[in-house]
Amino acid sequence: MYSKDGTDYFVVDAHIALWDARPENQRNIHGKQFIDCFYDYHRNLSPESEVWGYDEYLYQGGERLMRDVFADGIVDHAIFQPARLKEFYSKGFGQTEEAFQLSQAHPDKLTYNHYFDPRDGENGLDRLREDAETMHLKGVKLYTADWHGESRGWKLNDPMAYKYFEVCRELGITNIHVHKGPTIRPLDRDAFDVADVDAVASDFTDLNFIVEHVGLPRLEDFCWIATQEPNVYGGLAVAMPFIHTRPKYFAQILGELLYWIGEDRILFSSDYAIWTPKWLVEKFVDFQIPAELGEYAPLSTDQKKKILGLNAAKLYDIPVPAALQVAEADATATGPRDPDAADKNLAMA
Amino acid sequence: MTAVLPRISEADVRTALDAVVDPELDEAITDLGFVSSVSVHGVDGCDVEVHLRLPTSFCAPNFAWLMVSDARDAVRGVPGVGRVVIELDDHHDSELINRGLAADADYRGTFGHEAEHSLDDLRATFHRKAHTAAMERALTSWVRADPNRTEDDVAAVRLCDLPAGRERDALLDRRAALGLPLAPTSPVLLGPDGRPPSRDAVALTFRKARSVRVSVDGNAHFCRGLLTTRYPGSDADQVFRPSIDHALPLEVLK
Repeated sequence: MYSKDGTDYFVVDAHIALWDARPENQRNIHGKQFIDCFYDYHRNLSPESEVWGYDEYLYQGGERLMRDVFADGIVDHAIFQPARLKEFYSKGFGQTEEAFQLSQAHPDKLTYNHYFDPRDGENGLDRLREDAETMHLKGVKLYTADWHGESRGWKLNDPMAYKYFEVCRELGITNIHVHKGPTIRPLDRDAFDVADVDAVASDFTDLNFIVEHVGLPRLEDFCWIATQEPNVYGGLAVAMPFIHTRPKYFAQILGELLYWIGEDRILFSSDYAIWTPKWLVEKFVDFQIPAELGEYAPLSTDQKKKILGLNAAKLYDIPVPAALQVAEADATATGPRDPDAADKNLAMA
Repeated sequence: MTAVLPRISEADVRTALDAVVDPELDEAITDLGFVSSVSVHGVDGCDVEVHLRLPTSFCAPNFAWLMVSDARDAVRGVPGVGRVVIELDDHHDSELINRGLAADADYRGTFGHEAEHSLDDLRATFHRKAHTAAMERALTSWVRADPNRTEDDVAAVRLCDLPAGRERDALLDRRAALGLPLAPTSPVLLGPDGRPPSRDAVALTFRKARSVRVSVDGNAHFCRGLLTTRYPGSDADQVFRPSIDHALPLEVLK
């Protein structure tokens, strides 16, 4: 729990990872390119005081993760969202066993989500059933740009993926976290396009689709899809750190999200270990949409509470002390929220 | 013996590359700092070698291909040019793309089974986004220019109501690229179908356009930052598109 100025916040970090990108696990040059890309994200968007050395960035291990994520008791609960990347890393990128064991050791603090890949076919379906049972899965993380043999991507509405979603429905895996990436088959299309989220969200209305990185770099496409589908959520991983280096851009992202999908469907995430949650939570609680951006309504304390933890806690049935709860917004299920809240003159203060 | 002066200058090549645009960001690759080197050589001083770089190894390969193949076409169009070599450095698909460029292959020849038809639809999608963002910049600037104007007034704004300057020029360019009307009395606000929205869809059309502009500008800003992190010193090669939000720049803090 985080307290500031007499207000308490229940914090859920909805996207963390325990990865191993050390050279001995890199299968080829792409393993190095991938973690280098993450490291550049980290260096570019972190405050100078929070920048790590390259070697410590490659692997953290469970002990350090517990220290970093739950530093000073700010984060109450965190959810693993692993990526497989088996074509880049010999033992995979996300360390399944280590992360799962850690969540077993700290069930009050950690939830382990696993992944599946529809290109594993029927065998993968059996595997998903086994994983769901041993890992007690409530959610999965899907990376549509993962490479798999000759294939460098898939779509959520591929016929085989539908078989997996039917199994998710049957097993009670209700939270489907979707992460778009640069490749897809065929390359003719925009791999970041979220049109396939629209299709599956309409066909599986009893599943929740949490689009990670709020669709970045296609924030606009995400907002347009999500405003029409009541079971589509936005995860703030990668968007959060803009709060420091580019606060105006962060305000615009948040302003757009609140306008299009409202305060009940936005989830805080640090994307640990790309960034650490402590400074992000502290800055978010202090954050306000600048008055110069009159096209967006100001951010309320209740909205911050929901985004920081209450929305994710609801999706994962994480117990929240009654005193920290906030009522759900009396908002429309689809379409823009409270469109009249903003200043229509767009006045520059 | 006198030295042979190049018949083509580096500046000629860079001018040609000014016309090559990153489709996602709607800005010239020269302004984005994506051109890492240009050299002119050969016995006749007509051969050109250009190296391009991107903000990450994992920038989307289809967009990378559009930029490097457009760069190839642009440099080949320089009068008197000889052999042209274009290479993309440090990308996860550098080998594949550079092989395709060297063999003068097209998109399908380069990407094989991953390429189904063409990238024409992808390019068209981003031409439309570029227009939408330019339209929003022009209209938001128009509203902000006078305290008596509000977002509800934008449906009545015509091209001739926009003040001369960068935003109007950019909008007209993007309209021309899409074959949209250029008549001075043509309404500025157009829906995705290229027609003025119905009265009850005006606010939604404008807000949707804003999300496109926020997205494009934010991505451009982040890409420039990542390029600087990846290639220290590359900020010296970057020219920023001026923000319409003059009072609050997209600041970068340490």
